[in-house]
Amino acid sequence: MNEQSTIDKILEIENLTVSFDGFKALDNLNFSMNTGELRVIIGPNGAGKTTFLDVITGKVQPTQGRVLFKGKNIKKLPEYQIARLGIGRKFQTPRVYLNLTAKENLDLVSNHNKNVLPTLFARPNSGEKRTVAGLLETIGLDTKANLLANLLSHGEKQRLEIGMLVAQSPDLLLVDEPAAGLTDEETENIGALLLSLAESHSIIAIEHDMEFVRQIANDKVTVLHQGALLCEGTMDEVQNDPRVIEVYLGQTPEDGNY
Amino acid sequence: MNLEIETGIQTKQRKRKNKLLEIGLILAFVIILAVILPIVLPAFRLRLVGRFLSLSIVALGIDLIWGYTGLLSLGHGIFFALGGYALAMHLNLQLPEGKLPDFFTLYGVKELPWIWQPFYSLPVTIIALIVIPGIVAGILGYLVFRNRIKGVYFSILTQAALLVFFNFFNGQQELINGTNGLKTDTETIFGVLASSANAQRAFYLSTVICLVLIYGLCRWLTTGRFGRLLMAIRDDETRVRFSGYNPTGYKVLVFAISGAIAAIAGALYTVQTGIITPSIMQVAFSIEMVIWVAVGGRGTLIGAILGTLLVRLAQTFLSERFPEIWLFFQGALFLIVVTVLPDGIVGWWQNNGWGKLRSLFGFRDRLATYPSIEIDPDVQQEREQITGNKD
Repeated sequence: MNEQSTIDKILEIENLTVSFDGFKALDNLNFSMNTGELRVIIGPNGAGKTTFLDVITGKVQPTQGRVLFKGKNIKKLPEYQIARLGIGRKFQTPRVYLNLTAKENLDLVSNHNKNVLPTLFARPNSGEKRTVAGLLETIGLDTKANLLANLLSHGEKQRLEIGMLVAQSPDLLLVDEPAAGLTDEETENIGALLLSLAESHSIIAIEHDMEFVRQIANDKVTVLHQGALLCEGTMDEVQNDPRVIEVYLGQTPEDGNY
Repeated sequence: MNLEIETGIQTKQRKRKNKLLEIGLILAFVIILAVILPIVLPAFRLRLVGRFLSLSIVALGIDLIWGYTGLLSLGHGIFFALGGYALAMHLNLQLPEGKLPDFFTLYGVKELPWIWQPFYSLPVTIIALIVIPGIVAGILGYLVFRNRIKGVYFSILTQAALLVFFNFFNGQQELINGTNGLKTDTETIFGVLASSANAQRAFYLSTVICLVLIYGLCRWLTTGRFGRLLMAIRDDETRVRFSGYNPTGYKVLVFAISGAIAAIAGALYTVQTGIITPSIMQVAFSIEMVIWVAVGGRGTLIGAILGTLLVRLAQTFLSERFPEIWLFFQGALFLIVVTVLPDGIVGWWQNNGWGKLRSLFGFRDRLATYPSIEIDPDVQQEREQITGNKD
């Protein structure tokens, strides 16, 4: 591959295999996405979607293959270094620090120098304070800034976590089922938030909720099945692909009952 | 009605008020400890209080590593003993030129072991008694945390380390007098007998000063970003990693500081006890340290101090009154804390425990509206906009 394509691709995954005691959670997976893209990944349970994110963020080491982020091989790097390179991850259930206020949550992540001594001695600078204040407004928690995250509702926690992700100023956002457990209205809010973030970030979103996927999938959708890539294309193409229908509904289109 | 919800200005006002209140309380505490108690209490009692205060210093260290960072260390006896031994070695070396501490002759040791040499000088001793345990804790912590060992495995490892040190110290007759330990009461410091009233008063006052300084240090560490990060590590370490922080460095630093604090406490405790033996590294004692923090309230520095004083004073009082059955009281206290006050005494107070207790008996605070409306920040903000300012 030539120099140019390496730069345009924010993430490239080559022949990736992850095996847990012989069980292949990911099996020879190839994947790539362009800078600025919002990619939605769907797939039935056990397709390896979460393992896929685990590998990118360094939580799980691949058995084979490699992961290139902005052309740099990130295999073997610990999680915090991958995060500092510019990959942010939102977990399936909102993981915010419950015993800190919303503002403190954001402040912790917006810290520019995350080494021990600067964190101990340096005080938040005005730029970081502005980031935090701006984000609180964006995620609509400015009135609840000094409330412990514990007291926020599920949807508010989801928004807070997305805010924390942005405060990290990553280039690539990994979002794991952001709409899980939300009301329709909250889902739409999250969708709008993701779409507005997609203007300035590359995003990989994993999702089950097809309504939600339709809302946010303007670019390509990738379908995973049994740890391998099943197909890739626009939402319409994917939805009409007989293989996708088969893995999702467990029957071939010839049966005619779908 | 609810303190947790307020505007930025109110937060600042409240913080300033709280700060003043805290400084005032500390001052009052210091005056009581440093001025009033020495007048009121007989020397024997004062020495007891001094020992309890030095134990509350180690509780602060435990609170730092357990209450704030979520790492339950059952091995703080190591650092406590190292500090105690360092100072005891210095005291044992206050001899005429060329003489060795008495116990060496028992084992036929003719020359002072090299490890004793630096302890001739008081400044070196003081630095060593803080730095060496800090380094030991740092190395132990680094080995453990680098491999991402946490939770109960960390506790077990620290306890195993404690046993290693315990057995090692017991076996070193020719070096540190083995199980017999080192006496400090019969030694001199600055030419004064360490057990004399003046020396003991000086030790007592140093304990009060150290307690205040270390409280200040812990307070500084646990507020601000660093302290919030410690709580973040406690609550969700994986998330901390994905935010770009490497928790290992933080945990090692906090464990080292906590070890150094335990060492200072150990030194102060030793000179006010009169002897240090390896039995200070018994498993039960290190567990008791944890219990003090649990009783007072994890994650509240005041709680660590109060818990230690309360448990120890109760032990003294009960063991004098009811020598046969006082252990039952102790057991009951721990059971109550675990079942009724899982957040400890201070934690119970902070969670509006008093208000809840009152409402249990039918004395409830009056509310103007429904609680859920009262505490809704959006509603509060609206109300402020209408009335100008709430105050």
